[in-house]
Amino acid sequence: MVSRPARLYIGLVVVLTGLLVSATSMADIPGTWGLMSKAAIRTPEGGHKALFALVTLVVLFLVCDSVDTPLSARQTKWSPSSAATLAAVVLLGPLAAAFVGASSLLSLRPKLRLPERTFNGAMHALSGLAAGAAYLGVGRWLAMLAGLHASTTPGNNLVLVGPPQSKYFGIIIGAFAAAAAVHVLANHGLIWGIYRLNRGTGMLRREGLESSLPLLLASDFGYACLGLVIASLWSTMDWFAAVLVLVTLFVARWAMGQFAEQQRAYAATMNALCQAVETKDYYTRGHGERVSRGSVMIARKIRMSADRTDAIRFAGMLHDVGKLGVPTQVLQKTGPLTEDEFAAIQLHPMRGLEIVREIGFLYEALNGIMHHHERIDGRGYPMGLAGHEIPEFARVIAVADAFDSMTTTRSYREAQSIEVALDQLRKGAGTQFDALLVEAFIAALDEERWPLPEPVRKPADPTTVTVQDHDDPTAPLRIVEA
Amino acid sequence: MAGGTLAGRPAPDPAAAAQAPRPPSYWQALDSGRLLVMAAAIMLVAAALAGVATDHQIRGLQAALAFGGFIAFGELLRLALPGGREAAPIALVGAMSYALLLGLPANGSSPPPQTNYDALQVITVTAIGMTVGALPHIAADRPSGLTGMCTRLIAVACVAFIFRSVVSDIAGYHWYLKFAIMAALLLLGWLIETTIGALIRADDVGARFRVAIRDEMRLQWQLGLAVGASVLITVFATKAMGLLELAVFVGPLLVTQIAFRRYAGIRATYLQTVRSLARVTEVAGYVEEGHSRRVSHLAVAVGRGLGLPEPELLALEYAALMHDIGQLSLRDAIPGGATLQVSAAEQERIAGLGADVISEAGVLDEVADLVRCQSWPARGHDPAPPLGSMIIKAANAFDDMVGSSTDRDRSAAALERMRLDPVGYDAGVVAVLAEVAGRRLPSRL
Repeated sequence: MVSRPARLYIGLVVVLTGLLVSATSMADIPGTWGLMSKAAIRTPEGGHKALFALVTLVVLFLVCDSVDTPLSARQTKWSPSSAATLAAVVLLGPLAAAFVGASSLLSLRPKLRLPERTFNGAMHALSGLAAGAAYLGVGRWLAMLAGLHASTTPGNNLVLVGPPQSKYFGIIIGAFAAAAAVHVLANHGLIWGIYRLNRGTGMLRREGLESSLPLLLASDFGYACLGLVIASLWSTMDWFAAVLVLVTLFVARWAMGQFAEQQRAYAATMNALCQAVETKDYYTRGHGERVSRGSVMIARKIRMSADRTDAIRFAGMLHDVGKLGVPTQVLQKTGPLTEDEFAAIQLHPMRGLEIVREIGFLYEALNGIMHHHERIDGRGYPMGLAGHEIPEFARVIAVADAFDSMTTTRSYREAQSIEVALDQLRKGAGTQFDALLVEAFIAALDEERWPLPEPVRKPADPTTVTVQDHDDPTAPLRIVEA
Repeated sequence: MAGGTLAGRPAPDPAAAAQAPRPPSYWQALDSGRLLVMAAAIMLVAAALAGVATDHQIRGLQAALAFGGFIAFGELLRLALPGGREAAPIALVGAMSYALLLGLPANGSSPPPQTNYDALQVITVTAIGMTVGALPHIAADRPSGLTGMCTRLIAVACVAFIFRSVVSDIAGYHWYLKFAIMAALLLLGWLIETTIGALIRADDVGARFRVAIRDEMRLQWQLGLAVGASVLITVFATKAMGLLELAVFVGPLLVTQIAFRRYAGIRATYLQTVRSLARVTEVAGYVEEGHSRRVSHLAVAVGRGLGLPEPELLALEYAALMHDIGQLSLRDAIPGGATLQVSAAEQERIAGLGADVISEAGVLDEVADLVRCQSWPARGHDPAPPLGSMIIKAANAFDDMVGSSTDRDRSAAALERMRLDPVGYDAGVVAVLAEVAGRRLPSRL
């Protein structure tokens, strides 16, 4: 659904594009028409050449635009169509670039609805026009610095728009770099605007886009360079240049698609394995996933970097994996635990570490798993660390862990409400939990809905369930007094 | 270790740790195939250096420096591909483009830079560029990648010898004829590189050559296509625009390389994660320490011996690593973890539970199938179990009986017991298992 402000924004972009295009075409700036200028078209076959180049680039644009590929599992789509627009900037001038960009209206992606198509067309046209203006502006400036005069007639003169001349290629590269940068920025700026209006400000973060935004910008800039490559090859092999460039683009797209596919497979496998680990205890199913979610919510609230947020997602999911090392008899014991049995439970973070140590995680994730039962007052386990000795990951996971334990059903009590659980967290702030992180979690819960699990049906065989939960701060483990 | 003793897990055999095979040193890993490739490359370089020395000059110093630098840069940014392979696509683009260079445009009033160099100069520039690019790797104590460099050098040399001898003859041809000749030569270069790579790999991991070359081609054709197209672009674009074009084209090449790197990276993490998480059954005391890893090594080696292609080997490795995951659903561990000791119906039930866990992921259905059928007898079961399942069944039984021990009598007795049960175990699988158990190769997947 496209929101009202987003519609207004689209309208604004369309009107702006229309105004700028007509202004540019009326202000007779030399170079704006390139191969399509009156002088060029009047030469024999000139008109055909220009039209042919334009059609080739439009086709190239549409092919690139229609085969866009997801950059990663959680992200917006990416397409390398900027190469076509920027080739048009060099070969045919800014107006033709705007025209090539506008052909995005005809994109072969059937799922696009009219407002999206209109926006895409206007956005690509506007970026093309801006890139063309930057190209001409910077090109003239560089030519002036070099003591040359940019002209529109070939011969010994520098011609900015048209198949590039090897003699002046240095100047053309400089101008093109500016054009590519402007194109990438205009493109992302306009898209960012619509996301902001349409899906709220948190969108970039929630979709995990920010983690690879620099990479996305760099990729776009890198592929934009192919525009100049096409232009360089144009005088040798005209349309075939586009085919050759498409081959490299398709291989790159294949690699990106594979990356996204592997990333999805990885996440799915991880989930399945974590669930397998949880089958041992009827009541804690989905615990790892929810703790992972809670930890990520806190991590975002305290503005953890994207890499670390990714790491804490996995750490949260795997934090209890070491419970497998605790014998079932101990986990399901009804009476108070003996010292030995309690020691076995206290060891579970270490066992978890043992399992995940060799995974290529960030070191911090391992720390988080190992210390997630430490307490701020130093009375936790396994090491009895206190305050800021406890790694940040562990302090984050501890909050999410206790919260999920309280808000889910246990064999000895029903699930508690979110309010009760938050009260408990507040009570424990400063002694058991890091007070700042508790505040961050409460604030994050205000913004994002917490997915309470379905109420658990009692298992058929009540002897196979855990009756004490080591995570539950409201019902501490009972230990036999020595 | 309270948890471990409470679960009744047997203490790990201290002898096993002492007898774990040490990784072979660099010179021990050198085999005849590698030596041959290196000797050929060294002879090429020696001949090239001698040729350039007698010529007393580098023809077209500017181009030599530009391409040499490009090659060094590409060698610095090597790319790790799945399966422990290493490639240097950007270096290869540089070297092949230098071999196929058609010419450069005149720069203003000065005449066009010389490009009438011969194949020996191409080899010299490539070898120097590669060496310079490899130095930082060696300084950082990473593998030198010498074999890969030699392979690339040989492929480049072949292409250069042919093309540099005809380049002046074809100068007048239409661009598409030149294009076709170059494309054919690039294909030849790619075939040479792939063949040498497959030969070395077959030697390394004990795979059959025909399977190895098919694997190599399947895995490398996308990269080969990208390299080929990039070389053609570079050659024609530098002919039109000069050496500055290299600076423009390096951007897209880098981005493509990053895409490949990310793909290879996530694949490696994925495998490592499954390897680690498969150990949950060991930590939980369901199976003996190191069991899943040993079974997966054995299974992959047997699969390779039977000529399975790499994608199937990967599925086999995953399945072998997770073959005991179904035991997590058991309330109490099977004594000693040996699934061999429980009834056939119970074995099948556990296997099914494990398969359910794996198919939950939705992306590993093939793996789930292998796990589900792992307890089926090799003969007389309808439907017949897949080959991978029969391999896992044999490898698992072997490890249940032999464990981490390297006692030859124990291993012979285990194999004999399997041979005496031709219904339960496939005779072909057991034969290869006997061979593999003799050498105990580390997995390289």
